[in-house]
Amino acid sequence: MQHGKRGPAFYFLGAFFVLFVLFLYGPTLTILVLSFQGPTGGLTFPMVGVSTYWFTNLFERQMVGDFAGSFQRSMILGVLSMLVTVAASFAAGLAFRARFRGSAVIFYLAIASLIVPSILISLGIGLLFRVLGWDPTWYTSAFGAHLTWTLPFGLLIMFAVFNRFDRRYEEAARDLGATSWQTIRHVVIPILLPSLIGVGLFGFTLSYDEFARSLYTAGTFNTLPLEIYGMTTNVTTPVLYALGTVTTGVSFLVIGVALGAVILVQRRRARHGSDAGKAA
Amino acid sequence: MKRFSVWITYLQVAPLALVFLLFLVVPILTIVIVSFFDYTTTQIIPAFILQNYEELLFSETTWKTYLQTLEFTAIAWALTLVIGFTVAYFVAFHVRSPTMQTVLFLLCTIPFWTSNVIRMISWIPFLGRNGLANSTLMSMGLINQPLEFLLYSNFSVVLVYVHLYTLFMVVPIFNSMMRIDRSLLEAARDAGATGWQTLINVILPLCKPGIAIGSIFIVTIVMGDFVTVRMMSGGLSASVGLMMANAMSLLQYPAAAANAVVLLLVVLLVVAAMLRLVDIRKEL
Repeated sequence: MQHGKRGPAFYFLGAFFVLFVLFLYGPTLTILVLSFQGPTGGLTFPMVGVSTYWFTNLFERQMVGDFAGSFQRSMILGVLSMLVTVAASFAAGLAFRARFRGSAVIFYLAIASLIVPSILISLGIGLLFRVLGWDPTWYTSAFGAHLTWTLPFGLLIMFAVFNRFDRRYEEAARDLGATSWQTIRHVVIPILLPSLIGVGLFGFTLSYDEFARSLYTAGTFNTLPLEIYGMTTNVTTPVLYALGTVTTGVSFLVIGVALGAVILVQRRRARHGSDAGKAA
Repeated sequence: MKRFSVWITYLQVAPLALVFLLFLVVPILTIVIVSFFDYTTTQIIPAFILQNYEELLFSETTWKTYLQTLEFTAIAWALTLVIGFTVAYFVAFHVRSPTMQTVLFLLCTIPFWTSNVIRMISWIPFLGRNGLANSTLMSMGLINQPLEFLLYSNFSVVLVYVHLYTLFMVVPIFNSMMRIDRSLLEAARDAGATGWQTLINVILPLCKPGIAIGSIFIVTIVMGDFVTVRMMSGGLSASVGLMMANAMSLLQYPAAAANAVVLLLVVLLVVAAMLRLVDIRKEL
């Protein structure tokens, strides 16, 4: 299987893989094309000319709902989720290397947070705020709801990362007289930087795209996915696709920046050796 | 010194624990408590009554909806398993260069980081009455009028489940496959096994943990789903999530809460059954 000539199985599976990738990306590419539909064009092919009409439409008029506001809220929420997810998962990852009472409980809570259906968490937080007489808002209840989705991913990634982390680097740092904080700041963080960027990517994108957990927690002001969902029921022009293209564009930009940063860190390492400890 | 470092450990894990406590444990307890409350058309009244559960469990609609949801789950699970396994198998065992493996793996995972709602919308120009699928089939002369079942049907719901969630199978199965010691495959070949026999008797059993983790994801996501069903069925299909959302929009919070408790129990039972097959903590 690993050696010699490619058999028919390879070509069959290869074709299957190509079809799967087409299946994954095809629809998104379709709306990318259709978002450049001419001003008189409709929701499906044929294209009636090519224009950026629907994009200007998206940014100009307020008739399509509060795109700018919801976009801004989702960006802020995404960045907040990213920062908290990276910090809290990294700290918890450090903690889980030691044995402590309650570690199993917290681990199972993280798993539960992943497998309890999103809509139940949304419903629960919404009910909780209602019972307490608080108003749900996107930066309190929805923020917490998003963290219950991003943190388990962050924690599990940190587990995997620390399982492969060589503790001798830390011992070496300690032997050289570094304090615990210096060891973390100048040894552990630089070595784990690519993984931390990965956790950040999860934190941002999972929050930015989250729908179900925002549903009963966002309160008066919609986040972007809620706004888009609202639009699907009453907007029947390609402006919907323009919105899809812009949102997906933002996601790709974030993914691109994260992957680029990881590659950059690894290149630097290949050139200089590990830069752990070199930072002033 | 020892005691001091224990405090540091607790301090490090505190933010995470606090989030789970405030936004997972307390809300779930709230659901359980509210599920026993009474309600009128305008408000919920603290009480301890079983009426919400009685109304739920003695209604035929509930049973039909749960069956429908389980049916969606079973179909989505089977399809994502077969497709996910095949894709992971190709990348893990038929692609030879590690760089290429990483690139292809990333290619499969990137859509995960984009919006689900947008990915659902993007099927509309494909499946609609005048969509790409119908116009292609018609121009090829295979059909002479548009197929109506493509969009806003159970078909489109399942299609979107497969589209959105196959990745949850690919990743853990691929992870399991990459840990398989390649010398085992060589041993199987030396012992005279065909590629197919190696797949069934060596690779498949060793992928069980990955399959279990992927299955847990699929089951919990599809069981709790309501956006996909609402958007892709055009209101024609039901799901438990949708039933809850409808109760919520009628302000029948205790009814929605009782349904949520039942759903949670069903999901946990299924997951517990799957967890018997795998120790998740060993898989990281």
